[in-house]
Amino acid sequence: MTHLQPSAVKQITEICNRYKDEPTPLMMILSDIQKEYGYIPPEVQELVSSLTGVPVSEIYGVVTFYSFFSLTPKGKYVIGVCLGTACYVKGAQLVLDKFSELLGIEPGQTTEDGLITLDILRCVGACALAPAVRVNDKVHPQVKPSMCQTIIDEIKKAEVSA
Amino acid sequence: MEKITSEAQLQERISHCSACLQAKYEGKDGKKAIVVCGGTGCLSSDSEGIIEEFEKLIKEYHLEDKCTVNVVGCFGFCSMGPFVKVFPGETLYTKVKVSDAKEIIEKDIIGGEIVERLLFTDPVTKEKVAAQKDINFYKLQKRDIALKGNDHIDPESLDEALAYDTFVGLNRALHMTQQEVIDEVSKSGLRGRGGAGFPTGRKWQFAYNEQNEEKYIICNGDEGDPGAFMDRSIVEGNPFNVIEGMMIAGYAIGAKNGYFYIRAEYPVAVERLQKAIKILEDVGLLGDHILGTDFSFRCHIRLGAGAFVCGEETALLNSIEGKRGMPRPRPPFPAVKGLWDKPTVINNVETLANVPYILKEGWEKYAAIGTDDSKGTKVFALGGKVNNIGLVEVPMGTTLRQLIYDIGGGIPDGKKFKAIQTGGPSGGCLTEADLDTPIDYGSLVARGSMMGSGGAIVMDEDNCMVDVAKFYMTFICDESCGKCSPCRIGTKRLLEILTKITDGRGTMQDLDDLENLARLVAQNSLCGLGQTAPNPILSTLRSFRSEYEAHVIEQECPAHVCKNLIKYWIDPEKCKKCSMCARQCPAQAITGEPGKTPFVIDSSKCIKCGACLSGCRFGAISKI
Amino acid sequence: MALVNISIEGQHYQVDDSLTVLEACRECGYNVPSLCSFHHDECSLASCRVCLVEVKGAKGLVASCAYPVNEGMEITISSPKAVEARRTSVELILSNHRKNCLQCPKEGHCELLKVAEMVGARDGMYEGEMSEATLDELAPALVRDTSKCILCGRCVERCKKAQGISILGFENRGFNTIVSPIENRSFATSPCIQCGQCVNVCPTGALMEHSEIDKVDAAFKAGKKVIVQVAPAVRSAIAEEFGEPIGTNGTGKMFAALHRLGFYRVFDTNFGADLTIMEEANELLERIKGKGVLPQITSCSPGWINYLEYYYPEIIPHVSTCKSPHMMQGATIKSYFAEKHEIDPKDIFVVSIMPCVAKKYERQRSQMPDDVDAVLTTRELAKLIKRAGINWNKLPEEGPDMDLLGEYSGAGVIFGVTGGVMEAALRTAYYWMTGKEYAAINFTEVRGLEGVKEATVDFDGTPVSVAVTSGMKNAKPLLEQVKAGTSPYAFIEVMCCPGGCINGGGQPYVHPLLLPDEEPDILDTYCAKRSAVLYSEDERQAVRQSHNNPDIQKLYSEYLGKPGSEKAEELLHTSYVSDRAKWPDVK
Repeated sequence: MTHLQPSAVKQITEICNRYKDEPTPLMMILSDIQKEYGYIPPEVQELVSSLTGVPVSEIYGVVTFYSFFSLTPKGKYVIGVCLGTACYVKGAQLVLDKFSELLGIEPGQTTEDGLITLDILRCVGACALAPAVRVNDKVHPQVKPSMCQTIIDEIKKAEVSA
Repeated sequence: MEKITSEAQLQERISHCSACLQAKYEGKDGKKAIVVCGGTGCLSSDSEGIIEEFEKLIKEYHLEDKCTVNVVGCFGFCSMGPFVKVFPGETLYTKVKVSDAKEIIEKDIIGGEIVERLLFTDPVTKEKVAAQKDINFYKLQKRDIALKGNDHIDPESLDEALAYDTFVGLNRALHMTQQEVIDEVSKSGLRGRGGAGFPTGRKWQFAYNEQNEEKYIICNGDEGDPGAFMDRSIVEGNPFNVIEGMMIAGYAIGAKNGYFYIRAEYPVAVERLQKAIKILEDVGLLGDHILGTDFSFRCHIRLGAGAFVCGEETALLNSIEGKRGMPRPRPPFPAVKGLWDKPTVINNVETLANVPYILKEGWEKYAAIGTDDSKGTKVFALGGKVNNIGLVEVPMGTTLRQLIYDIGGGIPDGKKFKAIQTGGPSGGCLTEADLDTPIDYGSLVARGSMMGSGGAIVMDEDNCMVDVAKFYMTFICDESCGKCSPCRIGTKRLLEILTKITDGRGTMQDLDDLENLARLVAQNSLCGLGQTAPNPILSTLRSFRSEYEAHVIEQECPAHVCKNLIKYWIDPEKCKKCSMCARQCPAQAITGEPGKTPFVIDSSKCIKCGACLSGCRFGAISKI
Repeated sequence: MALVNISIEGQHYQVDDSLTVLEACRECGYNVPSLCSFHHDECSLASCRVCLVEVKGAKGLVASCAYPVNEGMEITISSPKAVEARRTSVELILSNHRKNCLQCPKEGHCELLKVAEMVGARDGMYEGEMSEATLDELAPALVRDTSKCILCGRCVERCKKAQGISILGFENRGFNTIVSPIENRSFATSPCIQCGQCVNVCPTGALMEHSEIDKVDAAFKAGKKVIVQVAPAVRSAIAEEFGEPIGTNGTGKMFAALHRLGFYRVFDTNFGADLTIMEEANELLERIKGKGVLPQITSCSPGWINYLEYYYPEIIPHVSTCKSPHMMQGATIKSYFAEKHEIDPKDIFVVSIMPCVAKKYERQRSQMPDDVDAVLTTRELAKLIKRAGINWNKLPEEGPDMDLLGEYSGAGVIFGVTGGVMEAALRTAYYWMTGKEYAAINFTEVRGLEGVKEATVDFDGTPVSVAVTSGMKNAKPLLEQVKAGTSPYAFIEVMCCPGGCINGGGQPYVHPLLLPDEEPDILDTYCAKRSAVLYSEDERQAVRQSHNNPDIQKLYSEYLGKPGSEKAEELLHTSYVSDRAKWPDVK
């Protein structure tokens, strides 16, 4: 807990307090922390444990169970390739392989510069746009392997101009 | 906002709102109503930008007295989105871009002419169709039960929901005893829409029979089936309808609190639900003494966090309780000992969306729809290799052929239909021979698949059924909670055998082993996930055994999908020696002299990425 | 509670309606295999799927461990379908289990092996990739080998329900699931109290004590004078290792075996227990007189001391500074005994046979001098005896060596059960405070296996309030009171393991599946049976109070002076750390 910034301690305490009146609010607390910080490291879990009384092993078990929660920071941009059935039958695996090749990382990993994380998504409900690729909140419809480089270039361009 | 705390106030408000909405759509106020789709599919194609553009243009052209811009939940025909519909007249414009707004304003709103180029073209007849109701995709559908109001009302407006008779069913229920409400639902024949099809009334009855001060109703919106988005659209399109269904269920079983468990991946649905709950609390339709009765009810939202298994009832309960989503053994059943050990009913979103209709119209009218075995309608997310992709609501008993060819418009690019997969990772593949099967719980199971939550993925000749089975098994391995050994280890072993086969290392013994282990994993597993996980293997083995055998005996993937079993080949006759393929190849596996000799692929170097195939403009490259 | 009529394999039976199908089968004489289930209401996950049976009318096969019986139920265990199902579950588990059975330290006690035999598991079925494994040998007391783990979850439940600390939990999901401290850390770098309760329930070799047999062997090889001492609770259970019924008194044969294992001297830690009482009762009286804070809390359970340092460092001033009995005895052997015999303490190697695994950690604490050189569990002692080819049944009854540290009192014996330290201390404190022996000898009000016992004892007109607790989960409310300054007691006994040392983490396994001759409810009764052994040993002794032990009296008169003397402080007392954030805390 000593590694945490006082501001983070304050904010996480605030998040825990937000759900004080809810029964078993662990998932809600963790969701908020994940959204706020992009990951839930063990120090944060220990703080949540001391604030909620839930053993840290149970929190860790929950964090590692649900794919929405992450122990390590995600990249600034998360490229999520949908591998839902509709996308898969239309070649989403080839798109994923292409991103993996171009970025030099496996799904679930983040590029060394911390810019891009490649993730597998299980159906974003954009089946009509299959294969769909989501970059942060933006959905790219009907992506072909040949379009992957362009998507990466767009990210890099946005990053440079930012 | 004005409170609605009595039956009289509700009825007054409903008749007022109905009149308003009717006036709007019939143009009685002298205005045209531009309606834009606000479903997730269309939103990701920038339907918000279209709305902004319309608003901007209306100002520019001073059309404030001539038209209004409205957002609605979802038109369901997602592959043709974003949609813009103009009332009166019901002209439906498809695949609208921001840049098209101007033409719609100028031609249609001002000029009164239809913008021909934005109309839907029938994939079969190639004719342009102007009105939504005339489009084949909609013709066979019955979109007024679960998808009620979805393409007509603003999902964030209680008034528009009331205009669609929302809360009429609840009001009627509150005049009945709890047992009468349960009987009504039982007699309607409604069965769970989440997968297994358990009779809803019976489920309610179990929970009602339990003596307990505290009971819960949970709406299961953890739609994890990859390739299905029914629940998302239902919530996004008309959250009030689902809440009403939950309230009726709550009243029937004696619950004062209801929990929505929704996937975190559905931010729009969650936001709309939150807003709807807030509105209802503000007007007094949620809270204490609803409509002046003794019925009190509150709604809460809990988010999923990316675990398919949480669609299983008891895993879902654990998730709400802040635990790992590992299923519990039954008994005790949730109706006896559920959330926080209290009697709990868990109904899927679509199931609850059916309830208001039953209470409003009466069970007889509902039971008149569908087959003996299955009543009412079913919503499907029709996707994959089919022309019209989207969300469809059809009466039970509609045949698969009608679904694929009439509603879905058939298979694109002149390819041959191969299979339709229903029930997601728990379901199975149905073939040409099954196409005239009526869609109902019993018939699908008899054919080796299941209703499931409503995913319906069409596959054509380019899909390898072994690969499809492997796809589902990979999914299940990723999503197995790891609790029980048959699922945790068994599905892994099944995947290993499938991988062996698709890699070309399989033996005929492997096929027998696969079938045997699949059967045992289904039999031994703790929860529904493991019990149904082998279904994609068993159904493909049954219907496409020859395809499996081709992988084993001929070391061939007939659909040219399995990487280890295919080769890329350049037809020297067709090769224009342009070198495009060699430049695309990341493995330097293609050689040749530009302009001089046809190019050749060195298959020992080829990594089978397919870059050359998509790069060749002359169709010289093919998979063999 | 009511009886219901059921049938098993077509035979009719009446059983209690609170039973599960598995329990009913076992009660009626059908040994259905099971792995994940343990005690009734403890670990009923129904996850291993090894206990599947057919129940007429049920949907599919039924996990008998989690399925309640009901009136008219028809159970079939041996239908082809159920037989095949159970075998498949076991074979799948085996396909992800490292099967080096010949080298596995669990040999002879592996429930998985037993179950595999019961279902007729076939060789080489479903072989494939194995889950990534971790071997954690860093902790002094415990070893965790996930290649053996079958994810039954018993240890997770036990850690939570006995100690309330939940060090172990499930992590990841699917095929990557493991049971582990967070981040798959070592026990050495987790706030684990190393009590070994997890080891007691583990059905395989995934959780084991950290064996120190090799150290003992090396000491013999190096020509050391290897002196052994054996804790009170060991005698209550050691006979179980040789097939005798639970509750057999193994004292005499145990000493006979130790004499045959080549030890230089064989002592009883009961002597150390008596010594502890002298120091601890003295400390209590000093505190009552105003020197130090009350309540005083006992310190002889190293698992509890770990818990104290990790979770309640604020109340350290309340805890007696007494070393635990075997550490006191070790210190005495290497000073008093060595001096008397003119042996260089460096040539002495002290081995403690303990019902405990935390003692392995305790002896290595940086606050402890090298009083004890190796700690073996009851189970490890049984291995030594078996290894030497000693036939337990043919052993005579013997006693410890009567050489300076040989005598012990009945008070020392009952240290091994919850309430025993309290009772032993009360016997001596009563004498010191009132000047006369407590006529009834026994303070029965502090006996019994409940998690928390309270009593006010009458010290000849002066009421003294005491409390006794075992299992850290039970202790927590008492400790909270101490922390808040509202504790009404003068003296509290805290034992880490539920029931005390008789149920320690180093005691013989009580796995019903491997004990076909015990009653089906053995898990409900074994603690009482073991504790009865100790109380009967107490009754057997001529000397019943620590202060009346002649060897103790001699030790004080010839060497230590009086309890609490400078010499006693130096040899017999220790200190605790309030900052255990820096793990591990061993030399």
